[in-house]
Amino acid sequence: MDNLSIEAKNKTPKISFDAANGLMEIIGISCAENSVDFYKPIIEWIDSYKTEIQPITIVDINYKYFNTSSAKCILDMLERFVNLKNHGTNITINWHYEEDDEEMFDAGTNFSEILEFQFNLIKIE
Amino acid sequence: MLNFVEIKEQMKSDCIALTFKGNVTFELVDSIIIIISDKLDALEPNLNVRKKMYGILTECLQNLCNHTDDKGSLEIVDFDVKSVAISIKSTESCYFIETGNFVLNEKVAFLKKRIDEVNSKDKEGLKTLYNEILTNKVFSDKGGGGLGFIDIARKSGEKLDYLFENVNQSYSFFSFKIIINKK
Repeated sequence: MDNLSIEAKNKTPKISFDAANGLMEIIGISCAENSVDFYKPIIEWIDSYKTEIQPITIVDINYKYFNTSSAKCILDMLERFVNLKNHGTNITINWHYEEDDEEMFDAGTNFSEILEFQFNLIKIE
Repeated sequence: MLNFVEIKEQMKSDCIALTFKGNVTFELVDSIIIIISDKLDALEPNLNVRKKMYGILTECLQNLCNHTDDKGSLEIVDFDVKSVAISIKSTESCYFIETGNFVLNEKVAFLKKRIDEVNSKDKEGLKTLYNEILTNKVFSDKGGGGLGFIDIARKSGEKLDYLFENVNQSYSFFSFKIIINKK
């Protein structure tokens, strides 16, 4: 399957999903006024990844900030990543946050609790 | 509370960072956020305060774009109903973000109820309410589906101050004020 590559813009994050190596990266800001449109192809890609899934999948997430329009979309995306564990992959979610950024630390903790799946919370020094 | 006459007066004082009156678009909101962020990066040393300001501004301004009502007929003498007012003030101990916009009278009760509910919650209550809406799987057209006021209140840590002033049979002026402490 094709990789998914979306360049960062001022209101949307960089997306690089490498299907062959099971490496997914999301980095940047997510504050578009309508996030549903932005996350739709990402969610569709994760669903198709199930058909050509790798034994190990590593997801690195590094949001600097996301707005409330993005929050539900991010949860939906994370839930699909977590559910990949039922499709034959060992999934790791690394949630990176800037040192002293309480909000992004809390956000990662909260998503992890809601999904009942342990994220690695990684401080960027 | 903010009104257009007071804003004119406030503009004469030194403490105001920005006031805007006019039709608000997403492009304009982006520009305002960039300008304020640049200014905050230079002035505010605390990362968490900067991020709170950035987040609250984004929510407030995108709200203004999403919820400014225009029935198509100009019923308010002297004002374009799509006009909004944005004011940011800095004092020694806190920032104040104030917004003002016209809303249809039929939406006033709904907005009051939503803000009052947010104001009735403590920190834990706000987290619970936030997570209830976050996980309800209901997506609005814009995605957020009612998280905006809760998110603003959580970031602020203070009660949300608001006022609805009836303008005429169709519209009220909605003033909204948020405090962000410089901790």
